[in-house]
Amino acid sequence: MFYREAGDFKTSYQADNQTFPIAFDRYRYWFVLAVAYLVIPFMINDYWASAILVPFLIYSIAAIGLNILTGYGGQVSLGTGGFMAVGAYACYKLMTAFPDVSILIHVLLAGGITALVGAAFGLPSLRIKGFYLAVATLAAQFFLVWLFNKVAWFYNYSASGQINAPERTVIGIAVTGPNAPAWAQYMVCLVFVTASALIARNLTRGTIGRTWMAIRDMDIAAEIIGVNPLKAKLTAFAVSSFFVGISGALFFAVYLGAVEVGEAFGINKSFLVLFMVIIGGLGSIFGSFAGAAFLVVLPVALKVVGGDWLGWPTDMVAHLQLVIIGLLIMFFLIKEPHGLAQLWKLAKEKLRLWPFPY
Amino acid sequence: MSADFLYGVEVVINGLMSGVMYALVALGFVLIFKASGIFNFAQGVMALFSALTLVGIMEGQVPFAHLINAIFGTHIHNFGWEVPALLAIFLTVLVMVAFAWAVQKFLFRHLVGQEPIILFMATIGLAYFLEGIGDLMWGSEIRTLALGLPQGGARFIEDATAGLGGDDFYGFFIDKLDIVASIVAIILVASLVIFSQYTKHGRAMRAVADDHQAALSVGISLNFVWVLVWSLAGIVALVAGVMWGAKSGVQFSLSLIALKALPVLMLGGFTSIPGAIVGGLIIGVGEKLFEYLIGPMVGGATENWFAYVLALLFLVFRPQGLFGEKIIERV
Repeated sequence: MFYREAGDFKTSYQADNQTFPIAFDRYRYWFVLAVAYLVIPFMINDYWASAILVPFLIYSIAAIGLNILTGYGGQVSLGTGGFMAVGAYACYKLMTAFPDVSILIHVLLAGGITALVGAAFGLPSLRIKGFYLAVATLAAQFFLVWLFNKVAWFYNYSASGQINAPERTVIGIAVTGPNAPAWAQYMVCLVFVTASALIARNLTRGTIGRTWMAIRDMDIAAEIIGVNPLKAKLTAFAVSSFFVGISGALFFAVYLGAVEVGEAFGINKSFLVLFMVIIGGLGSIFGSFAGAAFLVVLPVALKVVGGDWLGWPTDMVAHLQLVIIGLLIMFFLIKEPHGLAQLWKLAKEKLRLWPFPY
Repeated sequence: MSADFLYGVEVVINGLMSGVMYALVALGFVLIFKASGIFNFAQGVMALFSALTLVGIMEGQVPFAHLINAIFGTHIHNFGWEVPALLAIFLTVLVMVAFAWAVQKFLFRHLVGQEPIILFMATIGLAYFLEGIGDLMWGSEIRTLALGLPQGGARFIEDATAGLGGDDFYGFFIDKLDIVASIVAIILVASLVIFSQYTKHGRAMRAVADDHQAALSVGISLNFVWVLVWSLAGIVALVAGVMWGAKSGVQFSLSLIALKALPVLMLGGFTSIPGAIVGGLIIGVGEKLFEYLIGPMVGGATENWFAYVLALLFLVFRPQGLFGEKIIERV
């Protein structure tokens, strides 16, 4: 009834090309933004911030990054954890080396450094394809984690081998370190998420996104029609790593505060982000959010139900959680291999005709 | 001969032995990938699960004891009997065959014709599921396998070679278990080759690996072959699980051997059984030698990543691995 394009006339090219061409979508988008910026910061408490909202936002950025590489560029990567570690350690080195510069700039720079590293590890993708490439990206994962563990310069020769985020402020309010209030952490992540989603959405709609998709659909054919595979693949790796690096930096500086590289950025992180992208939907920005939300909320929900309500021992709940996540992944892949984004799309198609489908 | 050189030789020999272990895991991957195009990430967890099942059956444990106790408030743990090793192995094989059937029936039948990445994701989901089920069924403590496999260094080899290199050299130290594992691996590979070359079902398996549709059109049941292949992979996983489990105890880290097998696969090619073996040997020797020669200079623990980097270098020159089928792309 409300959700349709009939009667929504566009009078300029700009209006015709906007991100959300349907009026209802636009209103919904502004509504979500308004709730996220104006309502949640006033209601948030420590539990919600640290258990759900902040990790959700940070993983969303990582999922957007991986989705650009895997969903749009067609290059499967299992090195996300390693690239997040690059972002985290770059951010740490910058924070301790230049304490006077704003943390926001450090996070962006950390993203930039990760982009360079990602492009370097993307070079083999020009010759290696498919699963061989997926396994090759594991080289990045293991090598980077080992590097950050072994080279003391990266963790400033601290005795524990950990890195700890010093307190940094944005306009006078602490956002990192133990004294940062929950709403400040949330707001910093939210700003980065909004910016990332906007940039990613518009990149994937434009020339560069189309070259990625051409390479994904068939790289030889794309080359014949004039897409430069070197440029397309390396930009996909670089842009993807940029977002992943930002998420790694936020994950370390804002969310965890102290990081041991093998634990925080191990192979499991790579799989987790890949799950988010697949369950959310390959090649969809909305899907990245949906997948991240699903996989952040699910373990918390299972823990609440199994541990707190039923009173089962925690190790058993952890095992059950593995079983249920595994089952859900298989169930989703069987029922909807294109992820939550596809369900959303179907719902919208239905809504367009509702309530008079004929 | 100088002692340093002889120690180098010892490193190479031990590398070959661990290469055999890697090859054992990689073999399961290749079997499934050849026959169904599924990149089975769950192979490592299958090894863990089968080893856990073997230990559980041998000790007469009640499956899901923790879960039952938590729900019904009972205190059961053991049936109170012990099963002899051979019977337990047989029962475990039955469990793995049932598992293969279930995977085919409930999972991959519904995913026929999907993209490879989706199938790959499904196996990761399967790995999570199996890991959780294994822990729920048999508990998550570290278990020891009491199969009576020989352990420790082989003294006779040490004594026999001690005279080679002067006073600084004490002979080659080789784990007895590694020798047993190599022999078992050779027997396993030989019987797999005989099975696939000289039996009816083996031929059907190769036909399916060659061309699904052609195999279907001459009346081979894809379903049956896939169950067969998954069962074989389960048995290979059991052997790998027993060998690795005897070495370091049956515990979660056993499932991580899948990550050791991946570079082997890359190097040897996803579709080649000889590739898995040669790749395993190259990786085994390569990473041990690198750790021995270069490792001390860069802080050690290079074994985690060196195999991947080595495989990556090989791939840059041969994108399909050493023995893989040449990748032909048509537009």
